[in-house]
Amino acid sequence: MTGPVHSPLIPTDLPKLAQAGDVRTGAQLIWETLAREGVDIVFGYPGGAIMPAYDAMPGYGIRHILTRHEQSAAHMADGYARASGRVGVAIATSGPGATNLVTGIATAMLDSSPIVCITGQVPSTLIGSDAFQEVDFTGVTLPVTKHNYLVTRAEDIVAAIREALYIAASGRPGPVVVDITKDAQQASCPFRWDSKPISLPGYRPDMPVLPPEKVAKACSMLAAARTPVILSGQGVIRSGATDALIAFAEKTNIPVACTLLGLGGFPASHELSLGMMGMHGEAWVNQAIQQSDLLIAVGMRFDDRVTGTLATYAPHAKKIHIELDRAEVNKNVKVDLPLLGDARQILTALTAEVAETKREDLWAGINNAKGDSAVRDIQTLPDTGKLFAAHVIHDLWRYTKGAAVVVTDVGQHQMWEAQYYKHDYPRRLITSGGLGTMGFALPAGMGAFCSQPEGPAVWVVAGDGGIQMTAAELSCCAQEGIKVNVAIINNGFLGMVRQWQQFFYGGRYVATPIQSPDFVKLADAHGLKGLRVTERGEVRAAIEAAEASPITTVIDFRVEQEDSVYPMVPSGAALGDMIRRPDSATPVDAQLGHNPIFETAKD
Amino acid sequence: MTSPGSRTFVAYVEDKPGVLNRVASLFRRRNFNIESLNVGKTHMPGVSRMTFVASADRDTALRVEANLYKLVNVLHVEDITDAPAVYRLLALIKVRVEPAQRPEVLQLVEVFRAKVVDVSASTLVVELAGTGEKVEGLVAVLRPYGIEELVQTGVVAMERGSGHGPSLASASLRPRFD
Ligand SMILES: Cc1ncc(C[n+]2csc(CCOP(=O)(O)OP(=O)(O)O)c2C)c(N)n1
Repeated sequence: MTGPVHSPLIPTDLPKLAQAGDVRTGAQLIWETLAREGVDIVFGYPGGAIMPAYDAMPGYGIRHILTRHEQSAAHMADGYARASGRVGVAIATSGPGATNLVTGIATAMLDSSPIVCITGQVPSTLIGSDAFQEVDFTGVTLPVTKHNYLVTRAEDIVAAIREALYIAASGRPGPVVVDITKDAQQASCPFRWDSKPISLPGYRPDMPVLPPEKVAKACSMLAAARTPVILSGQGVIRSGATDALIAFAEKTNIPVACTLLGLGGFPASHELSLGMMGMHGEAWVNQAIQQSDLLIAVGMRFDDRVTGTLATYAPHAKKIHIELDRAEVNKNVKVDLPLLGDARQILTALTAEVAETKREDLWAGINNAKGDSAVRDIQTLPDTGKLFAAHVIHDLWRYTKGAAVVVTDVGQHQMWEAQYYKHDYPRRLITSGGLGTMGFALPAGMGAFCSQPEGPAVWVVAGDGGIQMTAAELSCCAQEGIKVNVAIINNGFLGMVRQWQQFFYGGRYVATPIQSPDFVKLADAHGLKGLRVTERGEVRAAIEAAEASPITTVIDFRVEQEDSVYPMVPSGAALGDMIRRPDSATPVDAQLGHNPIFETAKD
Repeated sequence: MTSPGSRTFVAYVEDKPGVLNRVASLFRRRNFNIESLNVGKTHMPGVSRMTFVASADRDTALRVEANLYKLVNVLHVEDITDAPAVYRLLALIKVRVEPAQRPEVLQLVEVFRAKVVDVSASTLVVELAGTGEKVEGLVAVLRPYGIEELVQTGVVAMERGSGHGPSLASASLRPRFD
């Protein structure tokens, strides 16, 4: 076993910034600009068309993390951004290096995460000639970026990178690509820096103040409502609106349901917290939404995973939509009152004007519904010696005191995490919600760690399938001294797909049993720590050993193989129509028998 | 002026490479159906103007507008469907005309206030600027003679009266919020 390389996460070299008029190469200007804009870490992988930039990197005080695949570089930048609120930067070469970034860029796009990807491009004179490693990367990324640039002159590099950082972070955040030709990196020009704030004629992320008549309208709708529910999305976290939301909810006594990406935006332990809504949300949350007469949606976009079939979605409810992006208004669900702007400002304005309200009977109804919850029961399941994923997550929550930064992959474990890890703080759940990208968790967790090495422990929670998509990054953890804790929820299946096969495809498990390497040995092979847990009694010690270890630690949790996530709203079904955890009286087959559900093309 | 179910938009965009591609890509990606599209320079340096007709109801139109504003190079967008406006497109029609038939064809051209811009032994090229219906009307009456070629531009539109269209520096470049 070789020891890990511990390089400190603080730059060792000092910046060597230019004076106005100093002649610099385009390659130097890339780092000059990033350093001046406060970027101190980039995630990347070198290659021919970006070699001039790599050659110029040392000396600018910017740390480089060498990933094992460019997809991971984009996910690391994304995890860095989601954990810290700062822009994450990834860098790659042209052609295959650039196309490897695309899944990570699309992931950031669908979840509105601010990243900037800098790519090398073939020399401008060869563009369009199918040169070696040429790919039209601005063309490829057009539909999955907020904006992109092709830079062919050294003189344009500073402005393009500054604008990219600004566009990525402002308004509704998103990924921006800056594709820089090799000759632009090699050419020289005098350094210029415009100290004025960036202003682009066609891009105006600032929003006007909400007109008072809209506030008044919202207040009268709130006053008339008997069973209102707040739907809290990721926009609350992005806008830093947690305090404003708490104040609003407390004054109006309206319960708060969160989307998957909204978890932590409103503290789970708050007495007004309902829990997660949607496909795997708690039954009473979806019931409360279906029976509501007023939904106040904040920074969420009525994704199909949270609405179920639109035809029967919250049929009695009027809808107020607090949203930054005008293009989201009336996209999926028709709303009665759109309030456009920053969630924090709008909630603060509403709280100032709205009347204080008590709602005892609303809570009586909800508490009643909570009684037969399918999610809560597993917490009280007796310890029969079997290890359930829900137990693992529940214990992880308990022994990390609910304070870890949890980064999940995609599948059953992702839903169990959302159900059983009670998030009380914003930016401590990082997950690929919109694109559902397997392989996201490990690199995104590494990026999250890099954004705050002294911050709360990072726990990567992944399935045995997803972890194998980017497991090569364990090597990067070892080389770069990145410390994350990796909980593999190992059920021997591509679990979520297996669950759908069980429910909707007659139990035919085609291509879902999956073989894995010995994860303990895999960790060992990287000079990292590996542990295996097969019984619930061992969970706590493993969690504590991982947290106490200074190096990345992988825990192979061997869980029940054919467990399913309950409750579940089959896609295309009404939100209130859930499959419950089977008991002896009504096993799943019988539930499906009573309520035949067919997968449709829309699933 | 547009067919029912269609709406006409005017968009001012930065005159930069790739902007047309960004707009077209947006329509394709969002599944908005474009019936016609025209781009050209304006009196403002660096600013192009697009007129496009899309099949959309009022709600979709608002989202078309909002999505266009999300493009960094789009300066200003207006849905002018319900405003009084002038609509024009240009058509060139090459008709087969034997010398003996020339007078009657020229008469038809006259009625439509079209122009003959090229004459050969057996053909005439007719130029007509007008609305889509007017072009269709002329095509219908020329068809029996035999149309050899037909080309037309997308429609361009301009609101009647004063006070429309932004100047680059003005606050009217800001999107409307309603
Ligand atoms: C890149 C990618 N490929 C395929 C899928 C489809 N998919 C969704 S969940 C899932 C199974 C995940 O299995 P595993 O990682 O073992 O996690 P589990 O569901 O067992 O917790 C698959 C294949 C996906 N989301 N992403």
